[in-house]
Amino acid sequence: MVELLIWPALIAYGEAAVAYAGDARRPGRLGQLGTWGVRLGWLAQTGLLIAQVAGADGFPWGTWAGSLNLFVWLVVSAYLIWGCKPRYRLLGLLVMPLAVLLLAVSYAAGGIGESGDSRYSTVFLVAHVGLVLAGFAGFTLAAALAGLYLWQERLLKHRSRSILRFRVPPLARLDELAGRTVLVALPVLTLGMAAGFARVRDSSDLDLLIGLTLVTWLVYGAYLALRYRAGWRGRRAAYLVLVGFTLVIALRLGLPATHFA
Amino acid sequence: MSVVLVGTSHRLAPVEVRERVALDREGSRELAHRLAAEGAEVVCLSTCNRTEVYAVHADPDAAEALAADALSATPELYRLRDDAAALHLFRVAAGLDSLVPGEGEILGQVKVSYEDGATGPVLDRLFRQALHVGKKVRAETAIAESPSSVSSAAAALAQQVFGDLDDCRVLLIGAGGVSELAARNLASRGATIGWVASRTLERARELAERHHAEALALDDLPPRLAEADIVVSSTSAPGFVVSAGQVSARKGRPLFVIDLAVPRDVDPAVAETEGVYLYDIDDLEAVVSESLSGRRREAERAESIVEQEVARFRDWQASLEVVPAIASLREWAEGVRSGELAKAEGRLGRLSDSERETVESLTTQIVNKLLHLPIVRLKQAAATDGPGYVDAARHLFGLSEEDGRAGPGRNPRK
Repeated sequence: MVELLIWPALIAYGEAAVAYAGDARRPGRLGQLGTWGVRLGWLAQTGLLIAQVAGADGFPWGTWAGSLNLFVWLVVSAYLIWGCKPRYRLLGLLVMPLAVLLLAVSYAAGGIGESGDSRYSTVFLVAHVGLVLAGFAGFTLAAALAGLYLWQERLLKHRSRSILRFRVPPLARLDELAGRTVLVALPVLTLGMAAGFARVRDSSDLDLLIGLTLVTWLVYGAYLALRYRAGWRGRRAAYLVLVGFTLVIALRLGLPATHFA
Repeated sequence: MSVVLVGTSHRLAPVEVRERVALDREGSRELAHRLAAEGAEVVCLSTCNRTEVYAVHADPDAAEALAADALSATPELYRLRDDAAALHLFRVAAGLDSLVPGEGEILGQVKVSYEDGATGPVLDRLFRQALHVGKKVRAETAIAESPSSVSSAAAALAQQVFGDLDDCRVLLIGAGGVSELAARNLASRGATIGWVASRTLERARELAERHHAEALALDDLPPRLAEADIVVSSTSAPGFVVSAGQVSARKGRPLFVIDLAVPRDVDPAVAETEGVYLYDIDDLEAVVSESLSGRRREAERAESIVEQEVARFRDWQASLEVVPAIASLREWAEGVRSGELAKAEGRLGRLSDSERETVESLTTQIVNKLLHLPIVRLKQAAATDGPGYVDAARHLFGLSEEDGRAGPGRNPRK
């Protein structure tokens, strides 16, 4: 059952990624096809997660690969809040290829199979893993907004003749939304980290992933402080969001061995 | 009942010909109702680009003659019927027949002409569907979204930067007609004209008063440049009016600068400042040109929507042919059923009320089942061979001649 649901999700997300790439070249019907791909893929992945919950004894995404699977679902869910609106579709240019890549990695690494017994309680895993991943999903959406901002800003700066061909939100709106998304995601990450720290007994429980998560937290904290206290807006603020996002990706992909060993 | 269209438009006749048959709203309404008195459904659509009479009558030749007579002031008329007339109206409503593809005003004009017309079932359906097509094309394609003039492109770009222009304050440099046109376009989208600067303060005051703005001398520009969100410059000064040094980096809100002057008023180096976006007249013309070609690309998609809708209208029109035959077939069958029940009244008299209800229900179900397939077939065949099937049904079931193919009655609007 679980095996049957991963492929529709992967195929639909892949179709959406390709359709959005086509839509960026020639706006029109491809964008609609992309949105349907996201919706169908999300339904299939939701079914997959439900099947995993039904078949598991406890929290089914406690492994690194399993958590990637949940992370992809959270990212796509966050994207669906805005991505169904025609003007926000092109956020999918960043979100959907990432979703396909991470879901494929999760599958290849056994993230949709049975998760082994964990030494942690389900409540702890839901609070820690769930909240941290939800925070990261928010940062991913903010990165997509920042990326779209920089792309459009570049078109405007270079006085591109085709600037009005693309149905994208205004610059000011993208900037504002990225700020608000981080404003919501950072407290969620903070709660997830707090849940994790509550379990730390001694220094042997600390690892590189925890350190990097703290750095990520600091980057986004600095972003909010600079934005709302020092008036940082626009290009600089967008670059800072992307710096934070590279840390999120490094955390998700680069360091599974330390924290999940 | 055929749909007949007689009309002239900018594609066929120059303005001096079109103005001879142009009508105001009252004239259009009066013409529609006058022609409707001859027993037709009539709608008259008259805009600056076209005057068209749509008519539906049992005798299409007579309807065409009536409409052509009403527009006899010009010999340059097109005459279309049925599918071609529907296609034309749907293209008009979608803005595909307009000078600027996708322009929005025409849809409102089609709506007004429909409301003022003397419509019956056919034109009612045709115009409602035309309005639906117009909305659908604008919703499903981007044909109406791109600007078609330099001043509207400037305003659209400002919206692309700020989104809502309600909080934007505009600084106009130069008090000529070009500045005013751009100002009007920005103001119509919610922007506030805050300041008008001109070499002669008197001219600045005139324009500033019209927009409830503050008049400035050119020397007073620098502090206002820091406050403004949008700058529109269009003076006849030989050199730069706004230098790079006068525009500082924008920390919070961006600055959008529109330079409509030739020679240019704004030093191009201004564009290198962070948060500042500068468009000169060539940039804007390039955007307009691209956007018009974008409209033409979208028009191809719009054409396919229009064609689908014409097919739907054709099917509906064909279904009118078989509706009377289906109704009389049902009536005939019900007559047979109730007649046979009446004949058996003596034998059924002993039945209880519930048994009698059962017999009623049973016979009704038998009749419905027997008629179901023939009726479905009649409806399916309506679009291809409706009249043939109607004749066959009439012959097989012995329906009277007038039951075969009746047209819809007229129902003039008030």
